[in-house]
Amino acid sequence: MVPLAAETIAHIGSFAVTNSLLNAWIAAVILIVGAGILRLTVKARPGKFQNVIEMLFEFLLKTFDSVTHDRARSKKFFPLVTTLFLFILLSNWLGQMPGTGSIGVWEYMHGELELIPLFRPATADLNLTLALGLFSILSTHVAGIATLGFFRHGNKFIQIGSLLKSLKKGPVAIMTACVEFAAGLIETAGEVARAISLSLRLFGNIFAGEVLITVMLSLAAFVVPLPFQALELLVGVIQATVFSLLVLVFLTLATEKPHGEHAEASAGEHH
Amino acid sequence: MDAELIKILTKGLTIALGGMIPAWAIGNIVGKAMEAIGRNPEASDKVFVPMLLGAAFAEAIAIYALVVVFVL
Repeated sequence: MVPLAAETIAHIGSFAVTNSLLNAWIAAVILIVGAGILRLTVKARPGKFQNVIEMLFEFLLKTFDSVTHDRARSKKFFPLVTTLFLFILLSNWLGQMPGTGSIGVWEYMHGELELIPLFRPATADLNLTLALGLFSILSTHVAGIATLGFFRHGNKFIQIGSLLKSLKKGPVAIMTACVEFAAGLIETAGEVARAISLSLRLFGNIFAGEVLITVMLSLAAFVVPLPFQALELLVGVIQATVFSLLVLVFLTLATEKPHGEHAEASAGEHH
Repeated sequence: MDAELIKILTKGLTIALGGMIPAWAIGNIVGKAMEAIGRNPEASDKVFVPMLLGAAFAEAIAIYALVVVFVL
């Protein structure tokens, strides 16, 4: 059985290095080296590697366009979302490499002889997915503040501004503004739920995949686990896609103008 | 009816219910998407991405149930 928490395999000073952390470092090094190679060998007539990456980036940009409906914003969010996508995809797929979960050290844990694997998918560690989720939601808020300004962005959650504006318009508008104030507070709780759901979705899928493969391999060592490993490859792609597309949707929503502004602007013009 | 037995029963019941209801929800979402694509095949690109997002939200609930089972 795969333990819920990643196992420590080494110590740097007093910092415990786990097997998931090792995999995360390997994924990061692969991405950095790949990007470096691409940067150094970029040509006007692309070679094979550059061609593949360009195809991938064009496809991703088109997909992001279908979510944001705005080429400028797609380009602005492209680095962050594509990095998330590639890092999560690579971490998920590295978990299916031969040797992940099987190469390890036999040690006595809780009185029994157990295998401590040297490699474990990076995203099968709740620490990593929680960090990714928190970082993504934080970046949506940073993007919202950068695009709209601190008070207009904050007004989406703590709707004081609309409350003050409605005081001039009469009792019905004040009631509406109070209801919207409560809705804004619920939105704030919703932000926490978004971060947690992003991280738990990714962690749950990949960790459950690890448990599934371990169980399948303990039942039958050859041929039978193959469909499940193929399923894990597919799940890796889907979860990376879902995570990055959701972050893109949240970024787009955070940089949308607040809903009342168009109506007020056009009402002002009519007068 | 000791604590160990109740824990095992709870684990089974959690994942059973926590798997059934999101499965039904995802079936609903994808079914509606299929109907939409069937009525208007050209809209399949526009329908696909929101369907995937909706299914991901529904599946996340099943994952919450799975995590509860692992933690217990």
